[in-house]
Amino acid sequence: MTLVKLSASALAIAVMATGASAQTRNQVQITGSSTVLPYATIVAEAFGENFDFPAPVVEGGGSGAGRAKLCEGVGENTVDIANSSSRIKQSDIDTCKANGVNDIMEVRIGYDGIVFASDVAGPAFAFTPADIYNALGGQVAKDGALVANANTTWAQVNSALPDQKILAFIPGTRHGTREVFDTKVIVAGCKETGAFDLFKAANADDEAKATELCNTLRTDGVSVDIDGDYTETLARLDADKTAIGVFGLSFYENNTNKLQVATMSGVVPTTESIAAGDYPVSRPLYFYVKMAHIGVIPGLEEYINFFVSDDMAGPDGPLAQYGLVSDPELAATQEMVANKVAMGPLE
Amino acid sequence: MTDLSSAPGATPAGVRKPHSLYEVDALTKRRNATEFRFRLYGIIAIAISLSVLALMLFTIFSDGISAFRQASLSFPVTLTEEKLDPAGNRNREEMAKVTTIGYSNLLKENFAAYVNSQGFEVEGLTDAMIGDMLSRDAAAQVRNQVLADPELIGTTIDVTVLANGRIDGYLKGRVNREEALRDKNVTPEQLDLTDKLVDQGILTVAFNWGFMTRPDASDQRPESAGLGVAILGSAYMMMIVLVLTLPIGVAASIYLEEFAPKNWFTDLIEVNISNLAAVPSIVFGILGLAVFINFAGLPQSSSLVGGLVLTLVCLPTIIIATRASIRAVPPSIRDAALGVGASKMQTVFHHVLPLAMPGILTGTILALATALGETAPLLLIGMVAFVGTHPSAPIQGFFEPATALPVQVYGWASRSDPAFLERSSGAVIVLLFFLLIMNAIAIILRRRFERRW
Repeated sequence: MTLVKLSASALAIAVMATGASAQTRNQVQITGSSTVLPYATIVAEAFGENFDFPAPVVEGGGSGAGRAKLCEGVGENTVDIANSSSRIKQSDIDTCKANGVNDIMEVRIGYDGIVFASDVAGPAFAFTPADIYNALGGQVAKDGALVANANTTWAQVNSALPDQKILAFIPGTRHGTREVFDTKVIVAGCKETGAFDLFKAANADDEAKATELCNTLRTDGVSVDIDGDYTETLARLDADKTAIGVFGLSFYENNTNKLQVATMSGVVPTTESIAAGDYPVSRPLYFYVKMAHIGVIPGLEEYINFFVSDDMAGPDGPLAQYGLVSDPELAATQEMVANKVAMGPLE
Repeated sequence: MTDLSSAPGATPAGVRKPHSLYEVDALTKRRNATEFRFRLYGIIAIAISLSVLALMLFTIFSDGISAFRQASLSFPVTLTEEKLDPAGNRNREEMAKVTTIGYSNLLKENFAAYVNSQGFEVEGLTDAMIGDMLSRDAAAQVRNQVLADPELIGTTIDVTVLANGRIDGYLKGRVNREEALRDKNVTPEQLDLTDKLVDQGILTVAFNWGFMTRPDASDQRPESAGLGVAILGSAYMMMIVLVLTLPIGVAASIYLEEFAPKNWFTDLIEVNISNLAAVPSIVFGILGLAVFINFAGLPQSSSLVGGLVLTLVCLPTIIIATRASIRAVPPSIRDAALGVGASKMQTVFHHVLPLAMPGILTGTILALATALGETAPLLLIGMVAFVGTHPSAPIQGFFEPATALPVQVYGWASRSDPAFLERSSGAVIVLLFFLLIMNAIAIILRRRFERRW
């Protein structure tokens, strides 16, 4: 009777499930930032091709979630590497310690540029952080006083900009990109326009409060938070061609048929201008390795060494071709990875 | 009758005025009009749903059908010894030290030399541009071929490798010259050369078997991305779901329907099963993470955990469907069996279950079809990931990482290269195809075995 056979095989699977859980995992497990995800998959794919290990499994899901998973504990059922587009926080390190994850290796793989882009057929834009702040900030400085932002076109912000209505798609607050956008563009613009000093004066010289007020963007629908990924921003931009979107440099470089990039303070974002430090809006990308797993999970040590090798992360490597700005101090990173140096306390 | 009497045309005395049936009075006219309007609403509703379906199918097919065709380049490659086997001893271990980067350079040089020897005249075309027309996947393909057969070194072999995604996109109409000027991944000169290569038969477009068999690829090579791992993962999960849900679901249903006493406890179970069927599938994902991965220690991203979670998603639906079809077997069959001396269990297994089987199978297949399209519960157990290596054959393969078809659709839709949009829609077509097959099997089973009383 088929039913008997089926039940027997079901039982067999259940037995195996409990018995085989003791076997070693033979591939590296990676999770974290969706910004680092394409770079990690490029390396994982090349690693699978060139080594006798299976390609590592790479998941996205966000920097914070990835670091939290890294800190869940030590053992085969926990991840080996967390990709992150922002630096690890003390709270993460504390969680790690509490769960027995003592040694973490911090590897900086390079830099990522954040660009402003608009529809390719529309007018070109040349921004400064002050322009962005005056367009999107909740309160702006006008004749030495703080007023609610009433600008509706870019030309009102800066007469050199096109006479086009202001509409910006910016990364939502759960993105690591938003942090960079806030500090490198909004706060910088806030200081440039003098609004920062006014905020500070109004709040008894409280710098933190002033920064917070700078980061309070206008809520009248002119600045739209996008919580999805860059493909969503691109789709929104396609639907409303007068908008400005915030993208990663690599995303823009793969979609130059639809997007044109805006300059920031007169600098065109390229891997070269970011590497030289001319383009202001960039941030380092990291991955964090659970050192207790090195030597236990097959291929983990080889993978991290391969990732930082010149063949991958170097200035002519595939990662740079995809849009990663190669780290000028890559040689030091390679040495650190080869010597398996754990990260010290955050300064 | 009172409303009739107040209707126009009726006499005040309540006596019906005789009139012919052939004569349409106002009331009949109103009733007919209401009925006509109701039919019209129905037709409009159907028209709206059909047009939405047509629109969806049209967008998916117009975006995705091109994923089933792929451009590839054929040219001779001389496998020079000093580059591929510097030690010269054909030792596989030592040859493996030459990475795909070395192979990639060799292929680019060979292809550029071959194109130049053909005498195409394209202004401004450099060797680097010619080399970049090859897919990055080509080097891995040739490297594997050489490592499998080291005797190839020193000879000249004909290879057929994939063309770069942009060249492929040009042949499919996704990339044009105007855009190529702005695109740093492709130049108009390369497109000019593409036209010439197509004329010469060096560049050909053929059915894309690789789309069904290859694993996922990184963002730099959309041309080599395939559904191989996803199809295997989905198939493994369906196997696990089938093997687990059918016996558990049928056994539970038979017991509840035929043997269980009717009391508050079985009522409670019944209510719970109905409620579980309505629980969002992501909840089962959280449960799977907590129980199967964190507690039982099963490997994450594996199709085993995925299958177990989908089993939980399917079970309530299957139990409900099975109970319904057992209940549909007339009591007279049971009475007859019991009457001639069969035991309760004989009655169930010899008479009730065979008659209920078509319904059970249909319910099971439809539940499997739903499970095939589930993404949410897989998100939490690590199956929404880049998996670059095929899982091995069962049973070992159940423990190895894999993805699933809907996961691949989602993953590709968020990639930056526009070529992945085509792949994503192509994956939807494959998914729809599998769903269609499963539903067709359900219909055939029902038609063949259905018994009417």
